[in-house]
Amino acid sequence: MSTDPNNIESLVNRRYEHGFITDIESDSLPPGLNEDVIRAISAKKNEPAFMLEWRLKAYKHWLTLTEPEWAHLHYPQIDFQDISYFSAPKSDKDRPKSLDEVDPKLLETYDKLGIPLHERARLAGVAVDAVFDSVSVATTFKEKLNDAGVIFCPFSEAVIEHPELVKKYLGSVVPHRDNYYAALNSAVFSDGSFVYIPKGVRCPMELSTYFRINAANTGQFERTLIIADEGSHVSYLEGCTAPMRDENQLHAAVVELVALKDAEIKYSTVQNWYPGDENGKGGIYNFVTKRGDCRGDNSKISWTQVETGSAITWKYPSCILRGNNSVGEFYSVAVTNNMQQADTGTKMIHIGRNTSSTIVSKGISAGRAQQSYRGLVRVMPQASGARNHTQCDSLLIGKECGAHTFPYMEIKNPSARIEHEATTSKISADQLFYCRQRGISEEDAVNMIVNGFCKEVFKELPMEFAVEAQALLNVSLEGAVG
Amino acid sequence: MTTLLEVKDLQARIAGNTILNGLNLTVNAGEVHAIMGPNGSGKSTLAQVIAGHSDYEVLGGSVTYMGKDLLELEPEERAREGVFLGFQYPVEIPGVNNAYLLKAAVNAKRRHNGQDEIDAFEFLKVARERMALLGMDASFLNRGVNEGFSGGEKKRNEILQMAMLEPKLAILDETDSGLDIDALKAVANGVNALRNPERAIILVTHYQRLLDYIEPDHVHVLSKGKIIRSGDKSLALELEDKGYEWVQEAASA
Repeated sequence: MSTDPNNIESLVNRRYEHGFITDIESDSLPPGLNEDVIRAISAKKNEPAFMLEWRLKAYKHWLTLTEPEWAHLHYPQIDFQDISYFSAPKSDKDRPKSLDEVDPKLLETYDKLGIPLHERARLAGVAVDAVFDSVSVATTFKEKLNDAGVIFCPFSEAVIEHPELVKKYLGSVVPHRDNYYAALNSAVFSDGSFVYIPKGVRCPMELSTYFRINAANTGQFERTLIIADEGSHVSYLEGCTAPMRDENQLHAAVVELVALKDAEIKYSTVQNWYPGDENGKGGIYNFVTKRGDCRGDNSKISWTQVETGSAITWKYPSCILRGNNSVGEFYSVAVTNNMQQADTGTKMIHIGRNTSSTIVSKGISAGRAQQSYRGLVRVMPQASGARNHTQCDSLLIGKECGAHTFPYMEIKNPSARIEHEATTSKISADQLFYCRQRGISEEDAVNMIVNGFCKEVFKELPMEFAVEAQALLNVSLEGAVG
Repeated sequence: MTTLLEVKDLQARIAGNTILNGLNLTVNAGEVHAIMGPNGSGKSTLAQVIAGHSDYEVLGGSVTYMGKDLLELEPEERAREGVFLGFQYPVEIPGVNNAYLLKAAVNAKRRHNGQDEIDAFEFLKVARERMALLGMDASFLNRGVNEGFSGGEKKRNEILQMAMLEPKLAILDETDSGLDIDALKAVANGVNALRNPERAIILVTHYQRLLDYIEPDHVHVLSKGKIIRSGDKSLALELEDKGYEWVQEAASA
């Protein structure tokens, strides 16, 4: 790990640049982490006792852990005592009053991505009273979900309104002992989403629609829990193609999915946090633990991710295929440009009989970026008839980037059928010249080739999002060639 | 007669080796020129320089296309202005749909000419017509660009692109190489169907065989980066008979 003092300094300074100004609001805690801080967070959220106990247990465990260093990532040491673990949302007076006050570059990007006008203000962090429309639209959605019996609310609300569900499922997929960042998140999580789909219910809408309009800044330690009860179905979309304004450098989210018998969860992510400048300065560190548990027979969990942002990405959305005949899927496009680093992949743990999993990972590296695919396929002794197909492709643009693959397979049942295909290719000068000779500009040619490369994953995204994701890739790779 | 292309005293090199040594060539609208010559004489280099490949460095001379300095333009601008190169080795672009590339190319040209973009239905209609003309199966459109194509399919795909882009100047670089006789006939039929009084075609070829099917107005022999002899189609037959050495000796004598 590099310990360039300048980097550390910029990291530390950055946190104060916008966050804590002269009049520290009473709702913010000073930097640092100890038991009192955790008690204070829990108290501010009016949490019931069980939640505080859970947090404290996680915190005590976290103290015994050391930061993992096995990932193929290089970044300066993070000082966890230098982070504030609770700060109230910014008050309106600190925000831009209208889009006129927003960085024109950001607006230009929204334009390229085709973000609707009414969403731009919210994304850019314009003061709430200037953002119209969203409240009434959100209310309509809420009624529709209520009618179906779907619970969809902020996590902090679920803790108070549905403590029995939270108690039963929280930490049941990603226990606080799971890893360093999961333990940290369990101790200090800020907020996130809670979803419960009752038995036999097909969620009447993509939860994305609502989310995109309604999501407030959920903070750096997000916690999401989705439970699909027997025979239910839900499609959830997290994130947004538009670059989000965010002042927190460290993000450590935890997402838990539980699919009971015959249930299906489709979870799509588009992650576009600030990646830092072309020299790698600034940028979000994204350490995420995402796991789905196919707890019941015939259940299915499908992860689709498009990762273009963040300076550091450490993320392995995984499936535990516990139920017989359960199905796990992982479709991923990860783009790293300039100095970005990503170590991402998945784990498929086959426990039940006749379980099957599919992994399609497409990694694109440009600039001086480094990207690793890290995947584990584990077939337990009792998992007879397990099947896995893994396809892992890397595309390199330019000469200074790197792609690495770390596939692990642990097969303990002889009936398993496991396939692994991997390719590495480059956008060649010949391909670009060929396209240009047909009248297509170099930039359009790169976009065309990249989108062709990612097609298999994009078709898994909800329709409107697939279009935005394509545009996003194009923006992310701007200037990658030539 | 309108002069489309005028190459004057062109000198060019690649990787430090000078390949073109003062080449002169004038091509008028409506004409078909065949450029022949032994391996290494500079045939493909001429094609690549006209198309604007950046590996080739122009050391001197000029290339004027429709009154414009062609060497000043980027490769994509040359293409939009109506210069088409049929590649000797068309590259594969996996995952990119053939129809998608074609439509993007057609629209890039239309935008350049201030025309509206072609819509999907109109595009498919025209593409199917042109494919029928070339004896191509409609499934071609849905495959990756040249991905897993046979040699003959790749060359036919080049001619399809030419048919869709309707260039003013088409340079076909060894379009006959690696083709069996049926594929050669199909490609030649396609090219012949695209001959018209406004369009010029330069056939770069090693063998006379192609010229049995596409009859040229002019034949040039290239040697050591220069045109050493020009004539009509009978020159090609004579070459076939006597070999390149015959002209080379005559030129140096």
